[in-house]
Amino acid sequence: MKGNRRRGLTLATILAAALALVVGLNAASAGTAHAKKATATKAMKAPKVPNAKAIRAKYKGQTITFVGDSVGGGHQRDMALSKQFTKDTGIKVKVVPHPAASDASYSQLARAFSTHSSSIDVAMVDVVWPGSFAPFLVNLKPALGKQAKIHAAGIVKNDTVGGKLVAMPWFGDYGMLYYRTDLLKKYGYSKPPTTWPQLFAMAKKIQAGERASNPNFSGFVFQGNAYEGLTCNALEWLASSGGGTFIDSKGKVTINNKNARNILNLFRSQIGVSTPRGVTTYQEGETHTAFIDGNAAFMRNWPYAYSLAQAKDSKVKGKFAVAPLPHGTRGHSVATVGGWQLAVSKYSKHKGAAIEFVRYMTSMPVEKFDTITNSNVPTIPALAKDKAFVKKYAPYLSPATANVPRATRPSSVLGTKYNEGSKDIYQAVSRILNGTPAQDVLPGLQSQLQALVK
Amino acid sequence: MASVATTAPRPRRRRTKLQRRQTRIAWLLLLPSLAVVAGVALYPLGRTIYESFTNQEFLALSPTRWVGLANYRELIHDTLFIDSIWETIKFTLITVGFEFALGLVIALVVNSRFRGRGVMRAVMLVPWAIPTVVAAQMWKWMLDDTFGVINDLFMRLHLIARPHAWIADPSTSLASVCAVDIWKTTPFVALLLLAGLQVIPEDLYEAAKVDGANVLQQFRRITLPLLKPAILVTLIFRTLDALRVFDVFYVFFGNRPDTQTMAIYDQSTIVGDGHVGYGSAVSVAIFAIIAIFVVIYVTLNRVREA
Repeated sequence: MKGNRRRGLTLATILAAALALVVGLNAASAGTAHAKKATATKAMKAPKVPNAKAIRAKYKGQTITFVGDSVGGGHQRDMALSKQFTKDTGIKVKVVPHPAASDASYSQLARAFSTHSSSIDVAMVDVVWPGSFAPFLVNLKPALGKQAKIHAAGIVKNDTVGGKLVAMPWFGDYGMLYYRTDLLKKYGYSKPPTTWPQLFAMAKKIQAGERASNPNFSGFVFQGNAYEGLTCNALEWLASSGGGTFIDSKGKVTINNKNARNILNLFRSQIGVSTPRGVTTYQEGETHTAFIDGNAAFMRNWPYAYSLAQAKDSKVKGKFAVAPLPHGTRGHSVATVGGWQLAVSKYSKHKGAAIEFVRYMTSMPVEKFDTITNSNVPTIPALAKDKAFVKKYAPYLSPATANVPRATRPSSVLGTKYNEGSKDIYQAVSRILNGTPAQDVLPGLQSQLQALVK
Repeated sequence: MASVATTAPRPRRRRTKLQRRQTRIAWLLLLPSLAVVAGVALYPLGRTIYESFTNQEFLALSPTRWVGLANYRELIHDTLFIDSIWETIKFTLITVGFEFALGLVIALVVNSRFRGRGVMRAVMLVPWAIPTVVAAQMWKWMLDDTFGVINDLFMRLHLIARPHAWIADPSTSLASVCAVDIWKTTPFVALLLLAGLQVIPEDLYEAAKVDGANVLQQFRRITLPLLKPAILVTLIFRTLDALRVFDVFYVFFGNRPDTQTMAIYDQSTIVGDGHVGYGSAVSVAIFAIIAIFVVIYVTLNRVREA
């Protein structure tokens, strides 16, 4: 009797485990199907590696680990380029996508560098990190100094710490406003909004009209989750409304000011009104999914989303355009500077091969490939200035959107404490978006940042 | 102990060679597992306690220093950490309470005889066997305010008029995360209690029936007292697990400040901010808080037994 029962129980457990496995796998494959849908790799061939013979002779058979992209079609690009690199040079590249949230990715690298781990050879590095990671990165100046000259001088300067070129510019980023041209026309608007109040008014009106046929429709989506992306978004709201940049370039904490309070409270009042209530959980992926599925009239996002929205399976293909982000009633449009660099770890056991990989990945043909397939912003000005190229492949690089003044996150002032400071910022903004008035949150943020700056 | 001492007063030197050899072999056989325990439990614990007295940082450019009790002094005034303690305790009380009540009912039902009992037992275990991160992501999608199936269902049933952002809205965020944990872990509680129910001899119930005890009396006088050891084990297991909760919260809220558990706060302090020393002090505090709960449970059990 007992034995029977026990057998019954064991059987039940096994059955349950099997069922769970099926459910789990299903859920997992649903996730990848989603990713595939979002990227739809284009039929463009990866560029050949120049001087491949010499590299092959020196480094053939070595394996390097590359911590690469995971947002949008970034991973597909990394895979295609690495495959070509391996084919031409015989150097194997293990591509590991980093966590999609930049602050989580920072933590991963910080941990690896702190333990002097040789498990990472090449890593993609956010524009705000070179300052904190410099002591752990190889000086690329001797090997790649010449190639760095074709890249934008401002970014090269950002990547040069104490005279050492610790990272190579790879692609740039800035915030833009995506809008639905068809819907603007339908609701009688001739041009995209230029101020935040205008944006919210238009978003509200279009949302009210579209909800009748599509209950999932929202006016405006942005990155409102508590993570690095929210710091980038909030910086644009503040800097475009005379609210400063959290901390000014001299290290003075400025966040607790009237303009900042007003614009943050304006955004707070719009959550669940002209945006989905759940926008406070959105990172890039959720944002572009809403837009591409035709569920949003306006979106704040980086250029990478352009190619996704223009892909074959996008529901808004040919029905959208980009514009500079709106600004406050007093103020002018700005865009947060983003962008990614490639760096070689000081603890790498294959520095030579790793540097050759970085040389290839930051070369002109590869940046061209990345711009066309992934709508990223090239860091090589010659490419961005090529009018025919821009018109054909990258309308978002047109002067109207690309030449908007940039706002910079306070990374140079905060140094190694940038990640912590940014967390203080996005957690405070998250509190505001989730309902706490800005005047109750900003004094606390002011003193938190003050403690980090001193 | 006392009885051993009086009935078998065996002086040490009279131990035979065989006994001594057996003791040696016993220690030898125990050695590997002791080494494992020391390696995976004692060493990390000791190291964490040691680091909690230092100012160790990731990416530090200056060497680590001994700072004494400075981390702990700061910890007492850390409102974020104190908030996270309350958040975790609220979560623990709600989930363990519901899981225990529901689990007990389910265990009693599944313990009775009916057709398809085996299938029932298998089906009820499904939520527990799904990896938490996968389950949490599934629920996150299901609870979404624009495309979530839960809102669709509730609207069709006319329970709500408009889609609700269950996870984003602070007034329902704790409830939604509790619901997922209860959904996932109730089967585990039911399983533990079921195992306890199955060792209660049938003849006790037969005897009670002969004596004219009704079902309620049988439950109070036979089932509950005999189930007590299983209940205690279940509650300890669940409470400790709930106090350490990380995954569901991390998937649902990331680093959102108003919904941090102790473990989330600790992780973001160490891994996010790189404050290894201070984070270790947080870890030690969490260890102490969990230890308090264990002591409470164990004493409760002792008192009742005495």
